[in-house]
This record gives sequence, C-alpha cells and structure tokens, in this order.
Amino acid sequence: MPMRIRITFSKAGAMQYVGHLDLHRSWERAFRRSGLPLEYSQGFHPQPHLNLACALPLGFTSQCELLDAWLESDFSLIDIQQAISAALPPGLEILALENIDLSLPALQTQVTSAVYVITFLDDFPELDGRLQGISHAEHLPRLRRNKSYDLRPLIEDMTIIPDKNAGKDALRIQLAAREAATGRPEELLDELGIKFEDTRIHREKLILLSS
Amino acid sequence: MVLTPPEINLKLERILPIVQKPARYVGGELNQVVKNWDSIETHVALVFPDIYDIGMSNLGLAILYELINDRPDTLAERVYSPWIDMEAAMRKYGIPVYSLESHQPLSAFDIIGISLPYETVYTNALNVLDLGGIPIFSAERRETDALVIAGGHATFNPEPMYKFVDAFVIGEGEQVIQEVINAYQSWKRSNLSRQQLLISLTSIPGVYVPSLYQVHYHPDGTVDRTEKLVEQANFPVRKRIVPVLPPPPTRLIVPNIETVHNRVPIEIMRGCTRGCRFCHAGMVSRPVRERSVTEIVQAIDTALKHTGFEEIGLLSLSSSDYTHISELIQSITSKYHGENLGISLPSLRIESFSVVLMDLLRESRHGGFTLAPEAATEDMRKIINKPVSTAQLLETAHQIYSRGWTTIKLYFMIGHPAETLDDVKAIVELCKLVLAEGRKTIGHRAKLNVGVSTFIPKPHTPFQWVSCDSVEQIQSKQSLLKQELRHRDIKLTWTNPEVTLLEAWLSRGDRRMADVVFQAWKNGSRFDAWQDQFNFEAWSSAFESTHLDPFFYTHRVRSSDEVFPWDHISTGVRKKFLLQDFQLSLEYQTRMDCRLHCFACGILPAFADLRRENPTAPWSCPQVKSPQMVKVTDYS
Repeated sequence: MPMRIRITFSKAGAMQYVGHLDLHRSWERAFRRSGLPLEYSQGFHPQPHLNLACALPLGFTSQCELLDAWLESDFSLIDIQQAISAALPPGLEILALENIDLSLPALQTQVTSAVYVITFLDDFPELDGRLQGISHAEHLPRLRRNKSYDLRPLIEDMTIIPDKNAGKDALRIQLAAREAATGRPEELLDELGIKFEDTRIHREKLILLSS
Repeated sequence: MVLTPPEINLKLERILPIVQKPARYVGGELNQVVKNWDSIETHVALVFPDIYDIGMSNLGLAILYELINDRPDTLAERVYSPWIDMEAAMRKYGIPVYSLESHQPLSAFDIIGISLPYETVYTNALNVLDLGGIPIFSAERRETDALVIAGGHATFNPEPMYKFVDAFVIGEGEQVIQEVINAYQSWKRSNLSRQQLLISLTSIPGVYVPSLYQVHYHPDGTVDRTEKLVEQANFPVRKRIVPVLPPPPTRLIVPNIETVHNRVPIEIMRGCTRGCRFCHAGMVSRPVRERSVTEIVQAIDTALKHTGFEEIGLLSLSSSDYTHISELIQSITSKYHGENLGISLPSLRIESFSVVLMDLLRESRHGGFTLAPEAATEDMRKIINKPVSTAQLLETAHQIYSRGWTTIKLYFMIGHPAETLDDVKAIVELCKLVLAEGRKTIGHRAKLNVGVSTFIPKPHTPFQWVSCDSVEQIQSKQSLLKQELRHRDIKLTWTNPEVTLLEAWLSRGDRRMADVVFQAWKNGSRFDAWQDQFNFEAWSSAFESTHLDPFFYTHRVRSSDEVFPWDHISTGVRKKFLLQDFQLSLEYQTRMDCRLHCFACGILPAFADLRRENPTAPWSCPQVKSPQMVKVTDYS
C-alpha cells in the first residue's frame, strides 16, 4: 500500500541559501539515502512524488516548512522518522511527521497565510511610526518584476515584539500566502525603508485552510 | 589585518542576501569534512580557480580532498573563485577569499594547492591569490607565507605560470601530495629557510620548482636549453603515476545547488591507447590502468549510500575500450533496475556495439547520443589518427535513431593546418547524411546537434610541431559551416576563434608568457573560459605592453630539432616517438590501438621500476614483441 506523509521541518544554516528547486532535490536525495522507497512518476524523466508547501525566499530561515512525500509502501512513522533524520543534510531538521490521507488536496492549495519574524542587524528608529504609516494606508501600490500590485491587502498583521537576544525591537508580520496572492516580507521592508540585507527573516508559521 | 572566521561571517551576513547563488559561498554541505583547526598540524586549501558550480564537479580535487582528510595530522578545505558580483562585494567590504569549511582566510593555510586543468583559469588563479592576500609572485613570498603548489593537466607545460607557483606537481597527485605534505611538515619543524623548503621539494620525483631552473633563449626567441640550478633538482621532471588506481572517492560532498556534473563520478579507467594525435589527455595520461568491475560496482554502491545522487558517471577517455564494459554495464543495470538511477557513459566509440551498451542504460533518464568522429574525410582521419569510416558512422547513426533516440550530437574539430575547405565541406555533407539517415528511420523527429571545436597543437602531442590555422582561415571555415548547416533540425555550435587563440598561446607559452598572464589579469582579465567575461582586448594589450609577439607562439613552422619550453617536463612518452608519429601524420599513416601492438612510446621503460615493484598491476600495454616478429615498422 502506498502511503503519504507530511513532514514539518526547519530550514537553517547552509540550507537557508538553497532555493525551492534545489531544496526539492535535497529532499529527493535524503530519501534516496534513507532507503525509503519514494514514489516516482512514469516516463522517460521519472520525477519523485514530493510536494513542498510554499517557496521560502533565499536567505530566510524557517521552523514551519511543509513537505508531502509519497512512499511506495507502508512504514511505521517511527521507522520513517529514524531513517530520514539520519539521512538529512545539515540545515534541515524534522520537527513533526504524520501519516495523511492519500486523497487530501495538494499542499500548495491549502496555505493561506505565513507568519514571519524579522530581526534587525541595526537599530531602526521610529519603527512604530513607520508601521503606523503602512497600517493607515489604504493602498500600497508596488511594482515587482514589471507587474504592479497592491501590497496593502496582503498584509494581515504587523506587531512589534522584543528581540530578546539583541535588546532591540523585532517585527512579527502575517502576510497572505495564497497561490496568486503572496505577500513578500522584503517588499514590506522596502516600504519601511529598510534594506533586506540588514535584517534576518524567519518564517514562524504557515497557516493552512483546514487548521 | 587578517580577518578571523567569525569576523568574516559577520561581514558575510550582509553580503550573502544580495549576491547571486549565495550557497556557493557558505559550504556546510553533506559530507564536507570540518576538523578542529587548532589541533591540526597542516592546513591545505584546495583551490579550483573557477566558480563553485564548476569546481565542485572536478574529480581530481575530490580525490585529493578525501586523501588529505584521511590523514589525522592534516586537513583539506575547499576554495573556489567568487563570481564577479561576489568579488566586487568582497573587495568593497574587505573580505579575503576564505575556505568553505571553516571560513578561514586563504592566508591562514600552510599549503595552497591550485588545480589548473586548463589554461583559461590562469588569471582566476592569480585573482584568488590576490583576494586571499597571498603575494602573487613566488619570489615575493616569505617564510610565513603559504606554500603555493599547482597540478592538473595544464601543468604539463608549467612555464606560463612559473612566476606564481612555488612548486608544480606533474602528473597524478595521489601519492606525491602525501610526500609534499611530509616534506612541508619536516621543514616547518626545522626552522630552515623557505629556500630550504623548495630544495627539499625539488628532489621529490614529479615535483618541479621553477625557481630552481633557468631557461636560456636563442636570439630568435626559441629556447636554447633549460638547466637546473641545484644538484637535487629533477631533470627532466618526470610525471608521477600511480601503479594501481586507488579506490575511487565515495564520501563525496553533495552540493545543495545545481552544479555542472551533479553526480557520482567513477573513473573506470585512466589513460587511453587510441593514440589520436591531437589528444593531450591521451598522450599525458598513459599507461592505461583499469579498475575491476567488482571494485567499480562496490564503489558505486557505497557512494550512492553516502550521497543519494540520482546519477552516476562512468568516466574514462574511451569507455568502449574498457575491457569489461559489457559485464560492467550489465551488473550495474541489473543491480539498480527500477531505482531511477541515471547512468552516463561518455566517450563511446562509433560502432553498433556502443548503441547496444547505451540501450542497456535506457531505463534511466538520458539525453542525446554523442559521437566524436572529429573529421569527415579519409585524409583528415588519417592525419589525426582517428580512422572511422563514413559507412561505420552512418550505420551507427541508423542504429541510434532506430532505437528511439531522436537527437544525435556529433563532435568535429577544424583548424588543422593541413585541412582544406573541402575537408570542412565534407563535415557539412556528413552531417546531412547522418540527418538523412535519421529521416529515413524516424522521419521529421530526427535532430542533429553539431559541435565544432578548433584544433590547438598541444604540448606533448605529436602535433606539438604544428602551427595553428590562421584566424582568417578559421573564420572562413566557420562561416562555411554556419552557412551550409543552416537547417531547421541541425543545431551548430562553435568556438570563438579568439578564445582558441588564447588557449593556444597559453598552452604553448614559455616563461615570458608569465608576464602576459600577469598583465592580462592587471588589465581585468578573469573568467576567460566564460563567453560573457572573456576579454580579448585585455590579452592583446598585455602582449603589446610586454613586447611579445603572440604569433611567435602559435603561427610559426617549427623545425624538428627545436627545443620546446616544456621539454624538461617528461610525460614518459619520448619526444622521438612523438616526432615519428608526427611524421607519419604527414604521410597519412595511421597507427592502430596500442593495446594490440606496442609502438614503444616510452611509457614502459620510463616506469619500468614501478612496474617491476607492482608485478600484478593491470596495465593495458601488450607484451612487447621482438622486432623481427613485428610486421608494422617499429618506430622505436
């Protein structure tokens, strides 16, 4: 009997600089090393049956990435956990593992929002004021890859939180992450007049339709 | 001040988010080896002077990485060239080139080993030294500076890099690298001068310390003689070989991003007995040594467990010549049936059997089918000693198309001075015949890719006496091809004639060429192997400012008794043999596969001792028959 598993994993260290497609490849190799029989598509270019929820931009870390994987046969979750954990490359770690129904809809269609925590390498004065400006704006017209869009409706929440390690302010934001409507933290930072490279961005949570 | 790894990391934090492919610069991949820096006696940086994406696929460095890291007293870490954007950021923020494993600056290493597999990385090598805070010129390095060594196929003519490298390691590095490290360690413990280190290195077989040799020139610019300046120095410097191939590396680093060859590389055989006269690799990597099927299959198995790669590459200069090729392919395909493993088998001979082999590998993902006829007329085939008949090529093409491949890729070479426009027209005709064969077999699905490279008369080959084709001649040959092969189903690629020129200058250069390399780098040259970065202007003006005539190196008829700048480097193949082979080419004479008949190239006497010490070493040289028994003229 084939089985479908859902893995919640963290992405950090060297892996934070690895993009979506390459991450896919890293997971395929981890499964190949683990000896678990990953399901492959038919044809001349067989592809592993793996499904990542929502691309994490290059340079971000995360504690909430989701992967669905289809195996050719049934295994206990304990065995799977052990086999994969031993095979993962540095920078990926399994946080949760569950057996899910084969018929569940594709992960990508289930994500609605994402929560990010942004910490700052430098001090940013008047962060609060800058946030107010954005909160009160009705529209935030922006241009990305030659397409204009409104960032404002994609921002679902912004809160200033303490960055305990640095004794500074940090920012927690919730952005829409639907397939055709994804808010990007670096776009919001740009609105705030903060350079992406002067921050660290961590994805804390993915919010799914069902949850 | 030299930065420490934490200081480097702090600066990187703001740079990595804004450069292309930051994963090139962080390391941290599966199977990288990180040792405790302070508890290790000797630190070796293995430098590949091109970007990560290219360097990670270099098998030579992967071999050395594993061998050196197996020593408990030594560590090896990787260093690659930063791409243009990263270099700009590093220079702006004062970040030195650093190793990927522990982010140590290059200058913290004891030994810097640079891989020089081809000439177009020379300016990158200088750039890496410069970015690493290492004095560019060997003569300017002091006791506290790292020892800079280099190896790789390009170093069979080390002279154009003689000013920048303290010691070259000629030939295969597996054993000699250990001897170099040992010599370095005894020197370090001894408190002797840097000169003493160089002298101790120069007596290691296979090591060439250029500062301990002097070159004398004739008034016309050709070499009169090269002499050694110290008694201990090797003369000639004979390349090193390993009598038996050591086990292939299996704990390979798994890159997190796409690289050129993202797979398990397994060298099934080293060397080649075909004797193609243009082929540098075939001449410098003799004798042929094969690995056993058992060893190869075992290595594949271990490597797949360690890495999870979905592809393996079975590497050699001529796969079809591997004695047990059928057995090998059969055992691999039966073992990995249904595992979605891609198996690539490059360098196949033009014969039906190759198609049978590839057919066995079909279950896996695969691309087109590549063949390298190199020439299209009987005369040219005889000149280059690659006699493949047109009928044989067409029959093979038919087999390929009929077994389901829709694309064939053909490699040709133009630019031998004996080649006429008619020989080039024959390439066009041959391509059309091959495509017609495809049409007959599978109709309009048939496609043909044609790659045409340009001949470079490489050192240590029978063509080292030959001059390069004139640029005009190359251009007219190329435009003929471009014009005549304009076809919906034919895709033609060719080499920029200026890049070919550069490669020819550098591969044939003498010591004076080092000034040109330096000047070109000063003029901004780097990434010469990259079409979008190649800067011919920088090289032309480098020649001008050094008052050297570039065409002296590449467009000149050479007498048979000319002393070449690389003559004091010995590949084991005798110059006399090469000259005879060159003379045969002028008479359209070919020589058969030397597995079948020994032509006394010199490799056996050169390594007679090694062979005696390893009586069971399976070299693929035949029993040398007594002269009376030999029908073909014995050219020894």
